[in-house]
Amino acid sequence: MEILLIIVSAIFVNNIVLAQFLGVCPFMGVSNKLSTATGMSGAVCFVITLATVVTYLINKFFLVPLGLTFLQTIAFILVIAALVQMVEIVLKKISPSLYQALGIFLPLITTNCAVLGVAINVVTKEFTFGNAAHMLNLGEATVYALATSLGYGLAMILFAGMREQLSRNNVPEAFKGLPIAFITVGIMAMAFLGFSGIV
Amino acid sequence: MSKFGLVTKGFLKENPTFVLVLGMCPTLATTTSAMNGLEMGLATMFVLILSNIVISLIAPVVPDKVHIPVYIVVIATFVTLLQLLMQAYTPEVYETLGLFIPLIVVNCIVLGRAEAFASKNSVGDSALDGIGIGLGFTLTLTIIGIVREVLGSGSIFGWKFIAGDGILAFVMAPGAFLVLGYLMVLFNKLAKR
Amino acid sequence: MAAKSNLRNMALSLTLVCLVCSGLLGVVYAMTAEPIRKAEEAKVAASIARVLPESEAQPVQESINVDGVDYTYYRLPGAGYAIISTVGGFGGPLSVMVGISEDGIVVNSVVLSHSETPGLGAKCATDVDFKDQFKGWDPAEKRLVVRKDGGDVDAITASTITSRAYTKAIANAVVVYSKLTENE
Repeated sequence: MEILLIIVSAIFVNNIVLAQFLGVCPFMGVSNKLSTATGMSGAVCFVITLATVVTYLINKFFLVPLGLTFLQTIAFILVIAALVQMVEIVLKKISPSLYQALGIFLPLITTNCAVLGVAINVVTKEFTFGNAAHMLNLGEATVYALATSLGYGLAMILFAGMREQLSRNNVPEAFKGLPIAFITVGIMAMAFLGFSGIV
Repeated sequence: MSKFGLVTKGFLKENPTFVLVLGMCPTLATTTSAMNGLEMGLATMFVLILSNIVISLIAPVVPDKVHIPVYIVVIATFVTLLQLLMQAYTPEVYETLGLFIPLIVVNCIVLGRAEAFASKNSVGDSALDGIGIGLGFTLTLTIIGIVREVLGSGSIFGWKFIAGDGILAFVMAPGAFLVLGYLMVLFNKLAKR
Repeated sequence: MAAKSNLRNMALSLTLVCLVCSGLLGVVYAMTAEPIRKAEEAKVAASIARVLPESEAQPVQESINVDGVDYTYYRLPGAGYAIISTVGGFGGPLSVMVGISEDGIVVNSVVLSHSETPGLGAKCATDVDFKDQFKGWDPAEKRLVVRKDGGDVDAITASTITSRAYTKAIANAVVVYSKLTENE
């Protein structure tokens, strides 16, 4: 039951992009084509989940016991950079076409605030999933990270569909490109606001 | 570019939000009020100036293949420095800005300027670049914050001019995106002239 | 312009940068540890001052586990207990510090952190009418439940869930208080 609450909350109620404002830059940058949006979502999902697990463990068994929590930011970002590098190498081998399609956006996952944001939130914030406020354990953190990145993918794919449609319509000159995209996201965010209070 | 040009380019020609379209996340999240926007801009500028200076100093001796991780460590160091100083001396601001202070590390503006400018220019010019882009970012965030605060809370820099609440959507998520979109249109129209 | 990218240089520069940066941060961390601790203490002291009557005594921080949940509380000899109670609100955890005097009356409460909706649930932190009804609340005389559910608490209009959560936070604090004083 608690697992379901974590999933619904992370995908809909506190959607990482539409409610928490994390991961907006690549969200705007990759969503003009549905195929790249889908590929990017998969890569981000993998990185967020793996990064959260690894940083959680490093924090729990290394930083906290040694009193080095002030090195959190540095340690976490280095882990993420290393993971993204790994993903690049693996992707180049198993799916060169996707690797090409993602282009510059793949190494840019390192600077995707969603990845670092989720990693930091998991080890610093208290959550109330159906019971009293508490810090997440590893299992909950993994589910949370996975669900969050699914929410990211959902938002991105929905948005990409809308942007492809927008590009076929008559948009006023001054609004073309990013401005109308932002306004569309704003309306999407409003729609997702309707989910608040479910959990 | 002249020294003066370096400091002022962040306002129009290379405005980080409207032209370079970098650093969107803090722009949307921390502009719920004019004061918050201003504080976030200044915090980012602090990191930007210092990291630009250091990176422009060490760029000649850093091997090309590891330059990204090295720059990231330098930036992360200054962000952590900022975190510690803010926690100690400005705890309320630290709490208000919350997660977005450590997120300055992945603010594309900082790494972007390091790559595009600081690694290729003198220390002096890099510092000025940091100031210029930082000022542009701060001004933009403050303006967005003012719009959202006036429309959403009926106040400006905390000084309320209506009783009760404004149009709350503007201090919540949708408002951020909408205000940014419309301001972008306005900026493009003004910049075209 | 940059140095050669052989393994020795790469490892050397990365290690050197990490060592220098960690060292610098260690120094700043040591320097700021005191001010950070003081700022935290000042914040807690300010909250305690708002929820309990004036006292010259120094609050002592302790922790107790009630019904499987850990609660942090501060004992202020002569004034009472300031208990931090956290419940799930509408948008996230709602953390309230509740001050209960030595004779079991709720003196006052203050919100420490919340994620409630601005203009609606967020009023739990600012709305004087809502918050002040808990001042001097005697749990033995009035029920700590919202009117809708048969109690005596007036909820915030259109924010039943937040009001329920806030009331629950205070009710939980009262339970903790009774556990703390049952052995006295």
